[in-house]
Amino acid sequence: MTETKITEEEAVPEARRVETDGVPAAQKPNGVAAHTVVERVAELGEKTVGEVRCDNPFIVTENVDVYYGDNHAIQNVTLEIGKSEVIALIGPSGCGKSTYLRCLNRMNDSIESARVTGTITLDRQDIYGSDLDPVALRARVGMVFQKPNPFPKSIYDNVAYGPRIHGLASDRAELDEIVHTSLDRAGLLKEVKDRMDEPGTGLSGGQQQRLCIARTIAVNPEVILMDEPCSALDPIATARIEDLIDELSRDYAIVIVTHSMQQAARVSQRVAYFHLGRLVEVDETNRIFTNPQHKLTEDYITGRIG
Amino acid sequence: MTASRKKSREIVEAGLARRRRKEATFRATGMLATAVGVIFLGVFFATLIVQGASAFKQTFIKLDVVMSESVLAPDGELDLAYADFDGLVRNALRRDFPNVSGRGERRELYRLVSVAAGYELRDLVAGDPSLLGSTVEIWVPAASNVDMLIKGNIDPSIDESLRPISDAQVAWVESLQRSDRLETRFNTALFTNGDSREPELAGIRGALMGSFYMLIVTVALAFPIGVAAAIYLEEFAPRSRWSDLIEVNINNLAAVPSIVFGLLGLAVFINWMALPRSAPLVGGLVLSLLTLPVIIIASRAAIQSVPPSIREAALGLGASKMQVVFHHVLPLALPGMLTGTIIGMSRALGESAPLLMIGMVAFIVDVPGSFTDPATALPVQVYLWADSPERAFAERTSAAIIVLLGFLLMMNLAAVIIRKRMERKW
Ligand SMILES: Nc1ncnc2c1ncn2[C@@H]1O[C@H](COP(=O)(O)OP(=O)(O)OP(=O)(O)O)[C@@H](O)[C@H]1O
Ligand SMILES: [Mg+2]
Repeated sequence: MTETKITEEEAVPEARRVETDGVPAAQKPNGVAAHTVVERVAELGEKTVGEVRCDNPFIVTENVDVYYGDNHAIQNVTLEIGKSEVIALIGPSGCGKSTYLRCLNRMNDSIESARVTGTITLDRQDIYGSDLDPVALRARVGMVFQKPNPFPKSIYDNVAYGPRIHGLASDRAELDEIVHTSLDRAGLLKEVKDRMDEPGTGLSGGQQQRLCIARTIAVNPEVILMDEPCSALDPIATARIEDLIDELSRDYAIVIVTHSMQQAARVSQRVAYFHLGRLVEVDETNRIFTNPQHKLTEDYITGRIG
Repeated sequence: MTASRKKSREIVEAGLARRRRKEATFRATGMLATAVGVIFLGVFFATLIVQGASAFKQTFIKLDVVMSESVLAPDGELDLAYADFDGLVRNALRRDFPNVSGRGERRELYRLVSVAAGYELRDLVAGDPSLLGSTVEIWVPAASNVDMLIKGNIDPSIDESLRPISDAQVAWVESLQRSDRLETRFNTALFTNGDSREPELAGIRGALMGSFYMLIVTVALAFPIGVAAAIYLEEFAPRSRWSDLIEVNINNLAAVPSIVFGLLGLAVFINWMALPRSAPLVGGLVLSLLTLPVIIIASRAAIQSVPPSIREAALGLGASKMQVVFHHVLPLALPGMLTGTIIGMSRALGESAPLLMIGMVAFIVDVPGSFTDPATALPVQVYLWADSPERAFAERTSAAIIVLLGFLLMMNLAAVIIRKRMERKW
């Protein structure tokens, strides 16, 4: 359903889109003037509305384009992500949120057709530079996936895997310590401390997702990327993960993709709205949800797109 | 709205009977197909067992042998290699049937027992020289014709000229039976002997060992090479026209007639590399070429079935490509790879055509003791025995097939067990 909508929109010539999308000013929320409608047409594809820069940038992406073969999935995205902030990426399905996210830890490398251009720096270091090994990068930029994907190993081994391959622990006691603190920080320790040898896949969905978070933070990354981490979870498990994100945001920069406006509003300080591969608007979460500058953003958060 | 809903419901219900009918027909067809398969299998096994079961028994005749020194060591010196143990057997038979006279009749009498009788006596004396001069009671294998008569494979009621055993011989056998000097026992020779021209001496041990050595060579080569190739093709090789070409060729190789591999083996391993012919080593090399495509295809399928989420998880943690493969993909794919390997091995075990090309079809009496000794293989043995004119080889052919099937069954069972144990249902 959503997909067709997007393609239709894509196919509609610019000029006609103004008419069809043009909503009478009377129906618009307060503070949004009718002229933004006209402005939007010119702006989509030109430049991102709002503030892409931030005070203490840690990840900086400049003019990033991603192609899957001929499919131009991300177009000219410039965005800064701060040192200890939670930024939420929102947007309709297929707009490229996951693609953008996966650029940040070079997970797109494993997709043969994917090609990334532009510059992405992590702490002023070019992550696509030849001197940076993706293995080292991914130790610094952890990732939590949409579907909980624990290894078919014990709970302990799941969390210990990262530290083991990177050689973070010099002996068993140290490894135990890492595993325990990671599980504790992920809020899972109480539930699993008596069954560390049981398979991680035997946990409930919400527990599995927290296990995956524990597994990620066990490597002690600087950034955590989360791609719809709660989409497979019930509201209670979701609330726990959100608390956890809150908790973690003190030490980590967190980039979270979400389809839930409420979630974005609850956990993030900034929100980036993507549309058809373009970064349409970035701003403080409050601003985005109360007073979006872009017509598309507004349509999306009020439920008229997506 | 309600009207149209009612109508849809009517249409659905009207179609139900037809759907059920279709399902019933489909089920019946399926059951029929299964039944046909099961019946064929049943008939196959039944005939095999009916024909082959008797080969596991063998007729023995009891002889009271006088270890006469005058026969064994006429010059006072016992030379095991030249001593006339057959003479002892003949004497013993003559003593049992004193009425038999004339050279022709005596020769017929001597043919009641297997030529193995003399060898057994020699082994006995070799083991215990003090037996010389004493009288020994010993069970020796009967000749195959006597065995066939006892097992009912030769009908004594038909005309004498039409059967390989004379009326006189039948009478002697009956007399032996009456005096409890003839009985059937388990045929250990079948499992301890190599091939022989005498059916009662022929065993499958040579072929079994030949097959065993070959399979070892095949596993040792085909499994690591196949798995390594599959991992490379699946995980590391860039997708290109070349990798597509390789893939098509591997799939084709799996369907190449096996005799072609035999010809290849003959050209490469025997003519060019000058490896010994008839050797399990060469057989194993040929069979590994034969099974390699099967293993590669199965291993690739197993690798593909590893969920991508596991790879992503590991990559996302900073595992290198190698680590992803060896820590996650391989353990999860291994059961499938092993299953594929065992299927390949089963096929290799049953192959005879390529072995004919590399000389493993020779008549080989000695049980092979190494990878380079001349040997045959089980299916080739089946072929050789099936080709032999003697009546007694027919049941041995079936027996060899039973053993071959048992071997296969064990391998497949191993496959199931391995899969069950390794396929951890997390
Ligand atoms: N592996 C891939 N190969 C080819 N094209 C891809 C691949 N992954 C994504 N795409 C394309 O890139 C575009 C953006 O996809 P992406 O997964 O980033 O969207 P998304 O915003 O994460 O959507 P969703 O909210 O549904 O997860 C889509 O047009 C999609 O078809
Ligand atoms: Mg996505």
